[in-house]
Amino acid sequence: MNHIALKMLMGDRGKYIGIVMGLTFASLIMTQQPAIFLGLMTRTFSFISDVGLPDIWVMDAKVQFVDDIKPLQDTELYRVRGISGVEWAMPMYKGMLKARLADGTFQTCIVVGLDDATLIGGPPVMLEGSLEDLRRSDGVIVDIDGAKDKLAKPSVIPGGKSTPLKMGDNLELNDRRAIVVGIAKVTRTFQAQPVVYTTYSRAKSYAPRERKLLSFVLVKAIKGQNVAELVQRIKASTGLAAYTQEDFKTLTYQYFMKNTGIPINFGISVLLGFIVGAAIAGQTFYNFTLENLRQFGVLKAMGTSNWVLLRMILLQAVLVGTIGYGMGVGLTALFGYAMRNTILAFRFPWQLLIFSGAGVSLICVFAALISILKVIRLEPAIVFKG
Amino acid sequence: MDANELAVRCRKIVKVYDTGDQKVTALNSVDLDIRMGELMMLVGPSGCGKTTLISVIAGILDQDSGTCELFGEDLINMSGNDKLNFRAKNVGFVFQAFNLLPSLNAKENVSVPLIINGMKRAEAESRAADVLAQVGLDNRFTSLPSQLSGGQQQRVAIARALVHSPRLIVCDEPTSALDHDTGHTVMELLKGVALHSDRALVIVTHDARIFNFADRIAEMDDGHIVKVTNSAVMARKTNSPEAL
Repeated sequence: MNHIALKMLMGDRGKYIGIVMGLTFASLIMTQQPAIFLGLMTRTFSFISDVGLPDIWVMDAKVQFVDDIKPLQDTELYRVRGISGVEWAMPMYKGMLKARLADGTFQTCIVVGLDDATLIGGPPVMLEGSLEDLRRSDGVIVDIDGAKDKLAKPSVIPGGKSTPLKMGDNLELNDRRAIVVGIAKVTRTFQAQPVVYTTYSRAKSYAPRERKLLSFVLVKAIKGQNVAELVQRIKASTGLAAYTQEDFKTLTYQYFMKNTGIPINFGISVLLGFIVGAAIAGQTFYNFTLENLRQFGVLKAMGTSNWVLLRMILLQAVLVGTIGYGMGVGLTALFGYAMRNTILAFRFPWQLLIFSGAGVSLICVFAALISILKVIRLEPAIVFKG
Repeated sequence: MDANELAVRCRKIVKVYDTGDQKVTALNSVDLDIRMGELMMLVGPSGCGKTTLISVIAGILDQDSGTCELFGEDLINMSGNDKLNFRAKNVGFVFQAFNLLPSLNAKENVSVPLIINGMKRAEAESRAADVLAQVGLDNRFTSLPSQLSGGQQQRVAIARALVHSPRLIVCDEPTSALDHDTGHTVMELLKGVALHSDRALVIVTHDARIFNFADRIAEMDDGHIVKVTNSAVMARKTNSPEAL
């Protein structure tokens, strides 16, 4: 009877494609929108991910997320270095500074100051130049996206194409000269500002004069040291906040989840996609069953049991669900691939496949259920009605 | 008459439809016997209960009271599965609107009753091809119903009703959608191929042109069987100048 069920399903091409398209749309929305949402959320802590080496980030106790900088006194660095279990502790400056471009306009940048001696916390991938070039006079490393876009040199012709910033070009940060000595690839940040790396001491000279300028202390635990215990020890000894890298990421994205409308907006999109997909696929599938009701009646009159009819409808639902799901997920993956080099945030982990698979399954079960009820209640005597 | 010779034995069958506002008595104490090897026609005006009666006889509708024995078995006493199995093995259907599955070709449509009875698809289709050849459609095995004429579709429907060798074939207006010649051919086919000494045919019809194919004709009116006559008498009456 499976063969008959499949032939019944595919016999009407228009209806069959309609059901599959409804489920494809639902699956697409249920994967694409969350993938963009996850991409955005990942960007909130991308800076932490890029600074891969330290085990622990130490900061002011009131810091709520990675961009919520509350500077420390430089002496805190030495206090942390004095705690047992710490292999090394390095300073890091992170702040938003305005860069003056060649045409006189200003662009806000994320300036990161790395420990002068070790340069720990530098960009993950160098495209041009090397990290050590930061030791050159006035040297800065600029991220490739910023160099091509927001820090690019405007065209001399109005409306003309701007020229990407390149090695040897000059910038002005807070009235001080900075020379591009390297181009790096960094993960895009949530604010999508250009990232400029320099040494800690030079960053302090770029930054506006303040009493405290140390943003974070990056800590590496000695080998064999329990990191969670060390976190507690740092907190107890200094009164500062200390997080493992993962905990700091969690703190950051939870801040965005709680304090921005992003989850609600995307949640609504996903919910709408689910409802619209369920409505389209459910109704089309139900209509398909209604239109085939006489055929089911004929099968019932000829001695087909409700159980066999139920299996036939479930098979039809599983088939359209699988195809719709596969196409939706495939389109999402294709979308992500096409957008990989654009500003659009996109992250497609395997958990999302399970989430959307569950969503599509729910739609199919719902559609099959209402159809099955109709067929089970069907009087086979319907076949004698004209 | 020996009860073993009876294909159908209905006694005091009552069926009432409850439409919410009112109750409609479709069958009111109907008695009817149909013999093995007999072609019985049920005739009467619309709404007289013909379709309800063949639904009860075919076991697809339960009567409210009375007994309806099919080959000595009272279907109302059977469990749901037993009734399905009994129907699948013993009853074949031919419908007014053919009711072929539109996405299955002729051979696949004819094989459906065999598949319902548990036969493997390849074997069922092979048997279906033989029966299609018997009804003169050996060159249309792979045609979809939409590619066949009305007469050809009804031949496929007859092949489907015959393929699993049921002992009762129930036909609902088998010629009403067909022109005179095609209707005549279909009836010749039904009488020639379907009717055997160990099988009975019940045909519901309005079509007076085919009355002479019947062995007996039961006239129904208002839920009763008014009278049962042999077909020669009935055909003579309906073809008389007064009737026309």
